[in-house]
Amino acid sequence: MRPALRAMTAILTREALRFVTQRERFLAALVRPLIWLLVFAAGFRAALGLSITPPYQTYITYEIYILPGLVAMIQLFNAMQSALSLVYDREMGSMRLLLTAPMPRWWLLFCKLLAGVLVSILQVYGFLAIAWAFGIRLPPLGYLAVLPALLVSGLMLGAVGLFLASTIRQLENFAGVMNFVIFPVFFLSTALYPLWRMAESSRLLRDICAWNPFTHAVELIRFALYLRLNPESLGWVALTFALFLALALWGFDPARGIMTRKTR
Amino acid sequence: MLARTASAIALSALMTAPAVAQEVWVSNERDNTISIIDVPTLEVIETIEVGARPRGLMFSHDYKVAYLCASDDSTIQVIDTATREILHNLPSGENPETFALHPDNRHIYISNEDDNITSVLDVVDRRIVAQIPVGVEPEGKAINHAGTIAITTSETTNMAHWIDTTTHEIFQNSLVGSRPRHAEFTTDDKRLVVSAEIGGGLHVFDTETFEELAEIRFEIPDVHPHDIQPVGFRLTDDMTRAYVALGPANRVAVVDMQTYEVLDYHLVGRRVWHMTMSDDETMLFTTNGVSGDVTVIDLTRQEPVKTIKVGRFPWGAAYRPADS
Repeated sequence: MRPALRAMTAILTREALRFVTQRERFLAALVRPLIWLLVFAAGFRAALGLSITPPYQTYITYEIYILPGLVAMIQLFNAMQSALSLVYDREMGSMRLLLTAPMPRWWLLFCKLLAGVLVSILQVYGFLAIAWAFGIRLPPLGYLAVLPALLVSGLMLGAVGLFLASTIRQLENFAGVMNFVIFPVFFLSTALYPLWRMAESSRLLRDICAWNPFTHAVELIRFALYLRLNPESLGWVALTFALFLALALWGFDPARGIMTRKTR
Repeated sequence: MLARTASAIALSALMTAPAVAQEVWVSNERDNTISIIDVPTLEVIETIEVGARPRGLMFSHDYKVAYLCASDDSTIQVIDTATREILHNLPSGENPETFALHPDNRHIYISNEDDNITSVLDVVDRRIVAQIPVGVEPEGKAINHAGTIAITTSETTNMAHWIDTTTHEIFQNSLVGSRPRHAEFTTDDKRLVVSAEIGGGLHVFDTETFEELAEIRFEIPDVHPHDIQPVGFRLTDDMTRAYVALGPANRVAVVDMQTYEVLDYHLVGRRVWHMTMSDDETMLFTTNGVSGDVTVIDLTRQEPVKTIKVGRFPWGAAYRPADS
């Protein structure tokens, strides 16, 4: 096996082992969106009103609407959790060990990122299976078609997390950052309400939602679940991924990045 | 040789392809139009200007013409299905709302809402041949497949009136729930089904004893019972299912007509009113009055698949098979 692949396998295996041994983490990842789906969405069933927006071709229940947003929420939390573990690894010294491996730094970080995405995809499919059992179902082929969208959106969110991890000095600071990032990013998106509903309350809110890359991750997933490609969302997600990955690589570069300033 | 074979295949394809695709015609009460939906593409392909306040809509049994209640013009309009032109207007009595065509393809039984009368129209002689006094605000109309019984439901009297089509006299009255809206006979003519909008139920009667066999009730989580108002419905030919429009509940109920249990509810547009079904019973088209659209339900998958924008306040719908 080529060393690069061996490094990737090692990182993926480590993350998978961590995922398997941390059952509480898997449970927590599922409980959060399930509460949103089965409690919040049930209570707000009438709040959405009726309007058909793409990719839907007919009227849908609120549970159906909110599902892609919750899938993206799983990936968002997972990305932040992975970032948290990176900060932890750095504090414990294992991050330094990893980054001194005889591999390009970008490759090691990308493998780390990919490992987090794969874990999030496992969590998403677990969530979709439970939703299916509760009668919240999607087109059968949509479960397959969403896989590439999950990979892309997961990479984007992971890159954002990686960048955050590169900027945070101490583990204690991370909780604040998570709240500062997760709540605005989630609520100012189309995860809970469509853009037309946001526009009814404020044009500015609608515009912020439309610019939010998380909105595009949600819409990319939403369209893929209905076997459709949303090129605009794909473009925004890819662009955001590239930007934050570059920033994260810069941040983790000991010669130029934030790592240097922190270790001073 | 190859070219000849290809030509033969093309010719045979042309001969077997339907000259007229399946269509669904929808009367738009507020727009004074009919929207024509092409069933293969599920798109509106044409809109026809018609008389004032179009409501009840149906095709003749041979599908050569469509009949339309132009309520505010107090007339029945006859529309050529091929040319889409209004051929002529027929007398209908005051304010016709709904009607039913006798199996003889000649007599139409019409509800005259304001006059408390059921009028019988002869479409060949173009004249009213009988007027039968019924309860207050007649609405639903049905004729059994044998052509011997006509039903009129009266919204305010809360009754289904059984009319002998030979004598044009009422021979039985059945009390139903509040504001009966629509009536249909099962294929074997052994049961009559009547919806009660305010009563909130579907009443099933034995056509021999006139006894009520069942009252089917509906219950939808998160929907207030007052919003569950059964209006139009369709029975399948094999008599196993009824699809019931539940008005402001924005749902179509699926009812097992053997056990009278409600099997499922499909989400459709706002204030679902009437419906029509494809001849192979694989598709159901519901008119959603307030949202101004038609929801298509795939009955094989038991799932709404598309909602199509039509005119304002779509009311009636009628299906026209291919090549008719």
